[in-house]
Amino acid sequence: MTATAAVTGDLDNPYALSHLDALESEAVHIFREVAGEFERPVILFSGGKDSIVMLHLALKAFAPAAVPFSLLHVDTGHNFPEVLDYRDRTVERHGLRLHVASVQDFIDRGELRERPDGTRNPLQTVPLLDAIEKSRFDAVFGGGRRDEEKARAKERVFSLRDEFGGWDPRRQRPELWQLYNGKHSPGEHVRVFPLSNWTELDVWQYIAREKIELPAIYYAHEREVFARNGMWLAPGEWGGPKDGESLETRQVRYRTVGDMSCTGAVDSDADTIEAVITEIAASRLTERGATRADDKMSEAAMEDRKREGYF
Amino acid sequence: MSTNTDAIDVVDAGATSLLRFATAGSVDDGKSTLVGRLLHDSKSVLADQLEAVEHASRSRGQEAPDLALLTDGLRAEREQGITIDVAYRYFATPRRRFILADTPGHVQYTRNMVTGASTAELAVVLVDARNGVVEQTRRHAAVAALLRVPHVVLAVNKMDLVDYAEPVFAAIAEEFTTYAASLGVPEITAIPISALAGDNVVTPSATMDWYGGPTVLEHLETVAVVADPSDDPGRFPVQYVIRPQTAEHPDYRGYAGQIASGVLRVGDAVTVLPSGRTSTIEAIDALGQAVDVAWAPQSVTVRLSDDLDISRGDLIAPTAGAPGVSQDIEATVCHVADRPLTVGQRVLLKHTTRTVKAIVKDIPSRLTLDDLSQHPAPGELVANDIGRIVLRTAEPLALDAYADSRRTGSFLLIDPADGTTLTAGMAGTAFAEAAEEAAPAAAADDEGWDF
Repeated sequence: MTATAAVTGDLDNPYALSHLDALESEAVHIFREVAGEFERPVILFSGGKDSIVMLHLALKAFAPAAVPFSLLHVDTGHNFPEVLDYRDRTVERHGLRLHVASVQDFIDRGELRERPDGTRNPLQTVPLLDAIEKSRFDAVFGGGRRDEEKARAKERVFSLRDEFGGWDPRRQRPELWQLYNGKHSPGEHVRVFPLSNWTELDVWQYIAREKIELPAIYYAHEREVFARNGMWLAPGEWGGPKDGESLETRQVRYRTVGDMSCTGAVDSDADTIEAVITEIAASRLTERGATRADDKMSEAAMEDRKREGYF
Repeated sequence: MSTNTDAIDVVDAGATSLLRFATAGSVDDGKSTLVGRLLHDSKSVLADQLEAVEHASRSRGQEAPDLALLTDGLRAEREQGITIDVAYRYFATPRRRFILADTPGHVQYTRNMVTGASTAELAVVLVDARNGVVEQTRRHAAVAALLRVPHVVLAVNKMDLVDYAEPVFAAIAEEFTTYAASLGVPEITAIPISALAGDNVVTPSATMDWYGGPTVLEHLETVAVVADPSDDPGRFPVQYVIRPQTAEHPDYRGYAGQIASGVLRVGDAVTVLPSGRTSTIEAIDALGQAVDVAWAPQSVTVRLSDDLDISRGDLIAPTAGAPGVSQDIEATVCHVADRPLTVGQRVLLKHTTRTVKAIVKDIPSRLTLDDLSQHPAPGELVANDIGRIVLRTAEPLALDAYADSRRTGSFLLIDPADGTTLTAGMAGTAFAEAAEEAAPAAAADDEGWDF
């Protein structure tokens, strides 16, 4: 790639928008549509890069006024401490309201049971739907992108969920032009994905352009990890390492941030955002393929979870 | 200065443009293969995705990896080996980012092609070189024309099965171009390809040296998609009113929205519709930065020099060139819901940021896509029907003709009972006038395109 090759004739047009400006403008439009049409929207915020970019876009969409949404974090109980710290600092800095739906609370109350493999990611759906119902959220922003996974490639920007939070891919509303239909019946809610048309590289390029701070675990650092199912996992009370698995110190970073039990690190020496972008541009693995065990459970793992109410 | 050329990506992060395009093709025209080939040869299929496809293909007893599995994301699609729903794919070259609306080709999914085409700046219509222009090709051309997709690519596929013969390609290209031009498609590019063998998809064909044009990817990379918005009248639908009411901004009152068409400048005299009140643009905030000028499709916040009563759903337009308002609408529509649309039905109409009550006064005609004939007074429209309708709205709307603006000439009809999206609407006449402008001779043919 060279600088000249990156410039097309279009960009000589004084009215051309770069792809990042076009994506930003579209995402801001989506946030404002929701603010205009819904009573109780909420942004799902995990402290991962996609939700961080979502919040950044929401801040720009309503400036100089405050973001008219609160945040919801589904806490698996197995989060990276750096990410929880980032979450709390962000909430404080922008004067936001944070709701936390805790998987651990559900387990302690006996309403959810720990899985034999220790993975809590699939357990998030119940606390999420419970929080949506109890707080009567009618629009729930998620950072999901269609490039992440083939079931997500079928997802609408405005995705109607039934009273059980379920997604029926065969009964989706056609989505035409930029006319998003947010009508829903009581008990139903709409999942909204403002980053639908962004790719992993777009997200990173936007983070670089906007100089957005991220939790440090996205950049290469020395960490104790152990190997399981071809991934480097971080040790913790969640259940690793087990017998026969041994810790070693490696230089790693994370491409996605989720539950510690299923989010793997990748070997990397990319310790700056420029190095991260260079690494992603050259990578032969998708971010989920590289580091998410939960998507490998079956060919339709994501579709099946989404049908049950997962993002 | 870094010598790492990849690092330029970071510096030039924003310096690529974005092209949204849609593909259309019949079941066996090789569309999945073309999409697979575009993704694969542009190195957009990563190793783990390919591995998953190889694994799935093997477990189905197939010897070669089935590239269609890359795109058929739903369980039911993989089980049946067909594409049911629109999927969006993303890939990039150093020159451009692409958003591909991968639409199913079957006639019963006309609504899905309409969905994909509604946001597309370019449509690829696939034809099997052995069969030439068939009914389905005409349908796809008609939908592209109806939705006013600015660029159409005719990909004549399976050239390997007709000995890469130039006359075969030339005859199909000629027939299609004449037909599509008669419908008002402004720009048509015909490319002979073999998606299976890889000819002219990403790399130029070694066997078709008689073809001197671009490959499919090269055309996608270079086609000019940025029109000059200064030619279009300014249209700014108000999405949301921003009033911080803080110590720092006690009197800030901004109208947030995405410019639907044209250019807005500080100092412009503007009219607010439907009220008709006038003011002047005092400031434009482009996501945190004050600017003097902004244009479609930028999301901005506009402040006016007078305190007017303006809320979501109003339209701000330069006074010179403000649209008229009306409660009577004639439109061409594509019905997208499974339940029918009938004369006398009460609906909600969503146009830009405004949703109003409306009633279907008349359905003068329905288009039969099979033979492109026009049936008068059908009484109702069912799923995938394209027809003319007449609406009366409860409040006046500032609607442009779809021919003038895809953004301010489009609308949805919604079922007020449960919110179902019923119908996609395009205001004004659909084909006839455009066809007369584009190709007066061809428009004379009597195919029932008096729409």
